[in-house]
Amino acid sequence: MSRGASLSIDALSKSFGAPTRALDAVTLEVAPGEMVALIGASGSGKSTLLRHISGFVAGEVGSGPVRVGKSLMQDNGRIVPDIRRRRAEVGFIFQQFNLVGRLSVMTNVLMGLLPRVPIWRSLIGRFTPAERAEAWKALKSVGIERLAWQRASTLSGGQQQRVAIARALVQGARIILADEPIASLDPESARNVMEILARINRDQGITVVVSLHQVQFARRYCPRTVALRRGEVVYDGPSADLDAALLRRLYGAGVEEMLDGTETIDAVMNDPVVAQSLAD
Amino acid sequence: MTASHAIPPEALAPPGAGKRTLVQAIGWAVFALILLWAWKGAEIRPLDLARDSANMAKFATEFFPPDFRDWRTYLQEMIVTVHIAIWGTVLAIVCAVPFGLLSSSNIVPVWVYQPVRRMMDACRAINEMVFAMLFIVAVGLGPFAGVLALWIHTTGTLAKLFSEAVEAIDPRPVEGVRATGASALEEILYGVIPQVLPLWISYSLYRFESNVRSASVVGMVGAGGIGVILYEVIRGFEYAQTCAVMLIIIVFVSTIDVVSSRIRKLFI
Repeated sequence: MSRGASLSIDALSKSFGAPTRALDAVTLEVAPGEMVALIGASGSGKSTLLRHISGFVAGEVGSGPVRVGKSLMQDNGRIVPDIRRRRAEVGFIFQQFNLVGRLSVMTNVLMGLLPRVPIWRSLIGRFTPAERAEAWKALKSVGIERLAWQRASTLSGGQQQRVAIARALVQGARIILADEPIASLDPESARNVMEILARINRDQGITVVVSLHQVQFARRYCPRTVALRRGEVVYDGPSADLDAALLRRLYGAGVEEMLDGTETIDAVMNDPVVAQSLAD
Repeated sequence: MTASHAIPPEALAPPGAGKRTLVQAIGWAVFALILLWAWKGAEIRPLDLARDSANMAKFATEFFPPDFRDWRTYLQEMIVTVHIAIWGTVLAIVCAVPFGLLSSSNIVPVWVYQPVRRMMDACRAINEMVFAMLFIVAVGLGPFAGVLALWIHTTGTLAKLFSEAVEAIDPRPVEGVRATGASALEEILYGVIPQVLPLWISYSLYRFESNVRSASVVGMVGAGGIGVILYEVIRGFEYAQTCAVMLIIIVFVSTIDVVSSRIRKLFI
């Protein structure tokens, strides 16, 4: 196991009492700066895997260590005691955005700074101009700084997901885990969010692990894909090799769910107007 | 004949239907027995109302016209009553925030919220009047005893209402805050409080309204405010003055109710 990995998971298992395991000895290593897609049908363990990395869930006894950078998150089914602070090293993007709807966009983004702000200031909600500037910069980089003072709940799904990305950015984490970040979005917002994640990966060298429902997006944005089936890694390699034939071999009849809507997405992607906007 | 083939007999009378009506009948019978039992215990005698109606009519006329000679004193004491309600409520809110969080099952483990909840139950179970009588022994006659009584009782009530609001929150934003590496306290402050604040404010205002009513009663055991006067005039058979005091209470309480419910609507 190399020391320089951005993420390393060793023989991580988990079962929620069901006969089939949610995760079955998953071993995975991601190098710094990679953009990796995590694919699989619903219930294949994508979310469960990501939630283990952030220490939201503990694996089974006998599982190996889960490390982010140099930090141990859990080992042998035990989450490390100071997991709360270590989570700052991982940006986490949720399917349902998980913003605090009644607070402003700005405050939601500033939350990414909480671990670095002295406790007395975070408890009274005081942030320095420099910290606000940092949040502003993050909002600008996802293109929604003009919405900074609106309540988060007034934003569209795509805009909310961009706020969530800005929140992860100000954390200063070197890795971002995105759990089905586009599953609740319309096709255009979905593409927009994927573009932003790809740009962060490319320009800032931040490692991105993104779970996706549809193979199409994995092929387009992620050089490497890890495929899960019933908690097991069944494929780990170049996304380009993931053609329909291979997928059918990996998933059998279950593949239809993952290819669902492929034609429509292809049609949108090949649309000259969209292609132009993507090139901008 | 064809119709009876089309509808199976089970559809007309589903199995278990007879059992349900029996259970219902037993339920009603038990309810009726309880009513009867309570009738005896409460010594309800409707005939007395008819027999003594002439007396009561005479008694009622003694209330009118109301005697407002001492209105300055009444008003002063009524304002003291509102002061008691204000401080009793404010102190209770301050305590109900931590106790409410500590009795929420989604914030703290069971060995914390169960004992705290029982403690809040105890605060709530005993009426303000009883607390007032106890505090009069401790701090002497006067409004301060009233404040303490309202404080304890309202803390119990608000902590329960606050924790119910906390238990109904959406857990996803809280997880979002947790994912940034926030501490437990920051998680509550940024993830939980913003979600429950409107409800908390509304509950607090509602408790203030009912505390103005309670504060006028705790005075009757000597804990200051308009209740003291009310007790004195009733005991002195000064019914015209009693009427005046009651009118002042009605006007104050209704006004505060209306204003406060207007404000509450702004938050929900």
